[in-house]
Amino acid sequence: MSPETLLTCIVFLPAVWAIPLLVFDKEAKEAMRYWGVLGTALTFLLTLQLWLQFDTKTSEIQFGFAHDWIASWNIYFRLGVDGISLPLIVLTGFVCLLSMLASWSIDKNVKGYLMLFLILETGMMGVFLSLDFFLFYVFWEVMLLPMYFLIGIWGGPRREYAAIKFFLYTLAGSVLMLIAMLMFYFNSGRSFDLIELAKIATGTGKVATFDQTMQVAAFIMLFIGFAIKLPSFPFHTWLPDAHVEAPTPISMILAGVLLKMGGYGIIRIAFPLCPYGAQYAAYFLVGLGVFSIIYGAFAAMAQTDFKRLVAYSSVSHMGYVLVGIAVWKIVDGKTINRDYWTMGLNAAMFQMLAHGISSTGMFFMVGVLYDRVHHRDINKFGGIAQVMPHYAGLAAVIFFAGLGLPGLCGFVGEVLSVLACWNFSPLLAIISASGVILTAGYILWTLQRVYLGPEYKGPHPEALVEANSRELAIGYTLVVTAILFGVLPNLLFSPMQGSIEALTQSLATAYETLYSAAPAVQAAQLP
Amino acid sequence: MDFQALLQQFLSKGVAHQASTFDSLWIFLPELVLSSSIILMLLARLTNVDRTIPTHWIALLGGMSSFMIVLYQFWQISLPDAIPVQIFTGLAMHDPFSIFFRGFLTFFLVFVIVLTVLTGIPDDEDAPDFYSLLSGAVIGMMLMSSANHLLMLFLGIEMASVPSYALTGFLKGRRQSSEAALKFVVYGAGAAGVMLFGISLLAGLLGTAEFPQLASRFQAVFAGREVMQDPAARCVLLALLMIAVGFAFKLSAVPFHFWCPDAFQGASAEVGGFLSIGSKAAAFALLVRFTLSLTGDSTGASQGLALTCGLGLGFLATLTATFGNLAAYSQRNMKRMLAYSTIAHAGYMLMAVSALLVLQSGNAGPDAAYRAIQGLLYYLCVYLFMNLGAFAIVAFIRNQTFSEEIEDYKGLSHQAPVLAIGMAICLFSLVGIPPLGGFYGKAFIFAALFDATRVHWFMWVVLVAGGVNTVISLFYYLRVAKYMCMYERPADAPAVAMPSNSSPGMYVMLLSGMVVFLGIIINPLANVALRAAHAFL
Repeated sequence: MSPETLLTCIVFLPAVWAIPLLVFDKEAKEAMRYWGVLGTALTFLLTLQLWLQFDTKTSEIQFGFAHDWIASWNIYFRLGVDGISLPLIVLTGFVCLLSMLASWSIDKNVKGYLMLFLILETGMMGVFLSLDFFLFYVFWEVMLLPMYFLIGIWGGPRREYAAIKFFLYTLAGSVLMLIAMLMFYFNSGRSFDLIELAKIATGTGKVATFDQTMQVAAFIMLFIGFAIKLPSFPFHTWLPDAHVEAPTPISMILAGVLLKMGGYGIIRIAFPLCPYGAQYAAYFLVGLGVFSIIYGAFAAMAQTDFKRLVAYSSVSHMGYVLVGIAVWKIVDGKTINRDYWTMGLNAAMFQMLAHGISSTGMFFMVGVLYDRVHHRDINKFGGIAQVMPHYAGLAAVIFFAGLGLPGLCGFVGEVLSVLACWNFSPLLAIISASGVILTAGYILWTLQRVYLGPEYKGPHPEALVEANSRELAIGYTLVVTAILFGVLPNLLFSPMQGSIEALTQSLATAYETLYSAAPAVQAAQLP
Repeated sequence: MDFQALLQQFLSKGVAHQASTFDSLWIFLPELVLSSSIILMLLARLTNVDRTIPTHWIALLGGMSSFMIVLYQFWQISLPDAIPVQIFTGLAMHDPFSIFFRGFLTFFLVFVIVLTVLTGIPDDEDAPDFYSLLSGAVIGMMLMSSANHLLMLFLGIEMASVPSYALTGFLKGRRQSSEAALKFVVYGAGAAGVMLFGISLLAGLLGTAEFPQLASRFQAVFAGREVMQDPAARCVLLALLMIAVGFAFKLSAVPFHFWCPDAFQGASAEVGGFLSIGSKAAAFALLVRFTLSLTGDSTGASQGLALTCGLGLGFLATLTATFGNLAAYSQRNMKRMLAYSTIAHAGYMLMAVSALLVLQSGNAGPDAAYRAIQGLLYYLCVYLFMNLGAFAIVAFIRNQTFSEEIEDYKGLSHQAPVLAIGMAICLFSLVGIPPLGGFYGKAFIFAALFDATRVHWFMWVVLVAGGVNTVISLFYYLRVAKYMCMYERPADAPAVAMPSNSSPGMYVMLLSGMVVFLGIIINPLANVALRAAHAFL
């Protein structure tokens, strides 16, 4: 398949796949579910095909192409892949397939659910694949509506509140992003091309580089927009509500893919387009990340709702991503030990992928229990391992992956980002490392309260039957990938390394040029 | 003057860029066709022909054929050697911009007629009255969009307004409807009087009433004088303020919006849809042409004038959008909510005109100005589909449940998914969420505003107000979608059925489908809008 067709198919296949659902009979739920699984499976296969065709040796954009979209505004339909987006695209395909498989628990208005699900997948793929800022923005917003309805119609008791909160936070972030986007557009001679904009920011583009005030202003706006999605303290408050109220498969997508958009946006847009702004804020960002780690862990420890606990653990885990991205140490305009920063970015990417697997798994494991007993109160659980041993074993592995046990995927990202942080600031590194202890604390305590113990005394004990084969299949897939990436992290590092190396390289040079050219920058240098 | 000379004058061109009266009549054909359809409808009733041929067919035929003629004219003016001409000795302008709006209005007329046929709002007895008022109002709006003379400006506005008053009060049995019409008339008459005073002041001060000469006269009279300090110039500003009252009334801009919620709630939803789109589009066409003619190339004295007008409109736009959105928030009646949303959207669109004038005053070059106009035109086109769609769905639901309260929309998605999904698409497009058409209009306008920030800092205020308003507006639009999609239908609520293969179902799908289409395929319409914008400068 030609690369152009392949990329277009990956983006639009799910949405197109949703159209035939219209002709299905309302009661043919089983058939529609299989149709949905087929669609997501095909998309996942296409993303794997993309990985096969991907050349890991080059750091450039691959398979890039552009078509006119809105000619009078220089807006193009521009797609492409590099080492940063490729793993996330595959992750999206993977998580979507698994959550589609987990969607058997949805029984209300299956047709509408599946259509919104598939449109959501198109939006997510589009965000990772688009290289035109305007197109990126459009896809970013395309995810909003399906997500609102998926939470609002199929969610739990407080679903309306959660859905509108999610919508409002994201929309507010998007408006800021829109303004930042316009800033770049008018300061770059009317271009939305992300690659071209990044070149301009590094001083090698067609027009003069963006000035410092603009970079700082744009970075703040972009960062808030992305930090809402990431989510980072203090913009995280939508997340526990949305996660708790969303149905299980949607929680899986939220945690597995949607949160990664924030990190991806920072790596793909906020940093390359405003190196000065990014550097300006670096210390603050790392501090925010570290605070999120500790805060999220403590908040998770205090929860009694199982799903809320997992949601706060996401806040904590995504803190490592922010730390890894931002550990850019500069003294006198020169980047110190750039290798550590590269390692930090690699770790951030790895942490996003690992979290995509472990948190998807954790939400799925919570969902399996909830489907049976219809409550999530940790204090009413206990003794699950007695009645559902097979399931409990899988759940334990997934939770250990979340904890960051060596040999499982969660370990690599955390340890590398803490290492990279040491170069930036030993103090912050020590604090973030202590987050690991807290994580171990709340996860072990949860495992103990839910799975161990003599017997289950909560409501509906009769419903606790062993996981069925579909659930076990999902569980095993997640466990196998968690182990695989824990043992062979290079599987993921190899495609991304080149692109990240090139990114830090160009950003470091860009800052150096800017610094040496402008004495004002030197005066404004933060201590 | 003998007959020969009269004929000569009729046939030949007077001045350069002016069509002869004979040619003018040909160019005026769409309006003439509409007028003759009105006469036909009335004659048909007189002769009882309307018993065999329903009146709406005549109205529909009139609307469609005049749309076809406008399309032909657009093709003709797009030819490389075509030039814009003034018709009727300079009273009206025939350029891509006016053709764009005449096409817009006749197209819209066809859609409204189809809607009224589907909902059956005028019964057979009243149909000739209703459709002649409708077509008459559209003729007035077409005059507004091509007006090139202060007299035509006033005539057009009045010709569009008077039938609107009657249409508002068309539900004769209902007190609320008559009350709404009365409010509308009193308000309209007051605004028209003030506007006429402003027009006479302006014409007296500048010594001309022709649009193309306004700018040069202004520059000649006020060359070298400070606009804000000079008493005579302040008199011009006063005249403009008075004219702005008339415009604000037509656009339902704050503080002249009070008629709008009452009129919309009292009138039927079909008429509400007609007023909220048609008269607004025409008023924007007129506003753009008038302000651009007044400020001309914005050099010398005109520069200050353009900046003043631009900032004034920007202030008005900010107020209007903010007020409309805040007031819409607490509404319980769907039509009233849509009325406030109409006010808010007038605010967003005014922002485009404000940005246009500020860009002009900063001599930002024609390209920037073209894009501001393009944004406005794209917004209007999407607005046609999304707002008419919302009003149409309100009318369809009213026909089955006899209620327009938002409360009664609960759980409609279970009984009539077409209506619920169509409504959701229209409302989310009104918020401006991609990939629906409304987003692009808004994005283009925001981009123009951003461009204008380099001329004057106040545009930042307007831009931020636009952004904040977008977020606020989410609440009340979302509430309707939430009621329709997220609740169960109460057991005692009347059932609603709308199969997707019924003609109202198709109509709703067409409108909401167009909203989605304009959000995915943007290029063609954006290019047409750009071409229309090129009529200026």
